[in-house]
Amino acid sequence: MSETFTKSMARNIFYGGTVFFFLLFLALTFDTQSVLPKRDNRAAITPAVVHGKNLWETNDCIGCHTLLGEGAYFAPELGNVYKRRGPDFIKAWIKAQPTHAEGRRQMPQFNFSDSDLDDLVAFLKYASEINTNHWPPNDEG
Amino acid sequence: MQFKSQAAAKPYFVAAIGLFVGQILFGLIMGLQYVVGDFLFPAIPFNVARMVHTNLLIVWLLFGFMGGAYYLVPEESETELYSPKLARAMFWVFLVAGALTILSYLAMPYARLAELSGNNIVQTMGREFLEQPLPTKAGIVVVALAFLFNITMTVLRGRKTAISSILLLGLWGLAIFFLFSFYNPSNLVLDKYYWWWVVHLWVEGVWELILGALLAFVLIKVTGVDREVIEKWLYVIITLTLITGIVGTGHHYYWIGTPEYWQWWGSVFSALEPIPFFAMTVFAFNMVNRRRREHPNRAATLWALGTGVMSFLGAGIWGFLHTLAPVNYYTHGTQITAAHGHMAFYGAYVMVVLTIISYAMPILRGRPCNSPRAQVVEMWSFWLMTISMVFITLFLTAAGILQVWLQRVSDTPLPFMVVQEKIGLFYWMREWTGVVFLVGLVVYVASFFIKGDERPA
Repeated sequence: MSETFTKSMARNIFYGGTVFFFLLFLALTFDTQSVLPKRDNRAAITPAVVHGKNLWETNDCIGCHTLLGEGAYFAPELGNVYKRRGPDFIKAWIKAQPTHAEGRRQMPQFNFSDSDLDDLVAFLKYASEINTNHWPPNDEG
Repeated sequence: MQFKSQAAAKPYFVAAIGLFVGQILFGLIMGLQYVVGDFLFPAIPFNVARMVHTNLLIVWLLFGFMGGAYYLVPEESETELYSPKLARAMFWVFLVAGALTILSYLAMPYARLAELSGNNIVQTMGREFLEQPLPTKAGIVVVALAFLFNITMTVLRGRKTAISSILLLGLWGLAIFFLFSFYNPSNLVLDKYYWWWVVHLWVEGVWELILGALLAFVLIKVTGVDREVIEKWLYVIITLTLITGIVGTGHHYYWIGTPEYWQWWGSVFSALEPIPFFAMTVFAFNMVNRRRREHPNRAATLWALGTGVMSFLGAGIWGFLHTLAPVNYYTHGTQITAAHGHMAFYGAYVMVVLTIISYAMPILRGRPCNSPRAQVVEMWSFWLMTISMVFITLFLTAAGILQVWLQRVSDTPLPFMVVQEKIGLFYWMREWTGVVFLVGLVVYVASFFIKGDERPA
């Protein structure tokens, strides 16, 4: 780099550029926050959904599954599982685990009560109705 | 060693390497579970193994960063560390807290751990990478604050250099953005939005400042190139990093309920994210080519050059591969993401920590560099680990392309598990390559125990 471009110039560009782009990011965040009520299905967040999310978290479901594409890639996407399988299948599936099929990937038994299962399904239904810009590309997730 | 208190770094480096070994063992368990689904079930379910794998990675890299800071800052500031005692105490606090956390993951069901650790007071658990129970999260904050206090006081007391200021900025940013891990709203979209303020603003933001500072420090030492030149480069690189990386967070906001315009912001800015990594590669090679001395620690120089190349490939190229919104629509949440994650973490953060360890550890052990024999072994481990990581990435990428095709692009999309079985061959190849990586890691650890004549051949 040429002698006319000094270290202190580089430093000033660093601090100026960082502050500018961080403020831009904050502005975009502010706008996102104001648009989200129309997209994020917050009206559907009932106490059951809140409890369902808590169950989702305290059983570390994200350690195997993805939810809206984020998480682990060991087991199917669940952001749209409500649409793919429906509530009864989901509950029956969770109750039937593990399959003990030899050599197959296994899901633990979490011993949920029936009302827990209802809440979990409520959470998955809420998640499936978030506006995700048409992701995933098809029902298989 | 120029300052006695730099010795504070040593236990941090030892712990980092020990936890690194644990991380890789759990990686192999998970890799096998991908193809032999019931391996170790129900003793270690996949989600537990994954938590251990990723949390160990984060913890050992933090040990590496802290060790690096304790070594670097006194030398840059030309003064003893503010409190070596505090550094030693925090080492044990962090190690014990980390070990207890990992053991608790393995000892009981996660839901039970959540119950016992007070997750109902502040619900923070069960989100990817932030699985730590509340006391651990609080412990991380305490350790980070004590560490930052110690480092900041040292910098304030002594000479201020660009390297130490940038390191400090990166470390403060690390601590501040971690605070978002305590924010977990019921609204899933907001939860995900601010979750990225920890995850993305760490690895594609402030951690890169730490990376740049550590790399620049080692390059000054091993090449003898003028500090003015190296620090000017460093500023240019981190400027490019942050002006692309901050708004580049948008590449995570395509499909999680956030507005469409993020597809533009995210695509444009993150498409530029390879540029700082390319600059870093050019920088590393340029400085080594212009070297004014032949430093006897050739292994450290190799790691430094490797960091430049591999971070460019892993974070730059493999990141770009799936960062544009129309591509990401199909690749989001597939093995493509896993491929990128593996090479980016290895190339950028694993390698920079191994660079500073390679440079500092011999000095901490009372010699300018290791014997040529020990260095040859260390360089073997470099190639074994690096090449196997390249192949792990290639196999996962192949698996990912097939997965995307069969599950999402094809006219007759197949269910997830059907696809997983069809691409099993690539998971097997990844697993065997992982075994080679472990061999490389064993060779790496062995290199610390090889004696021989210390003078270069």
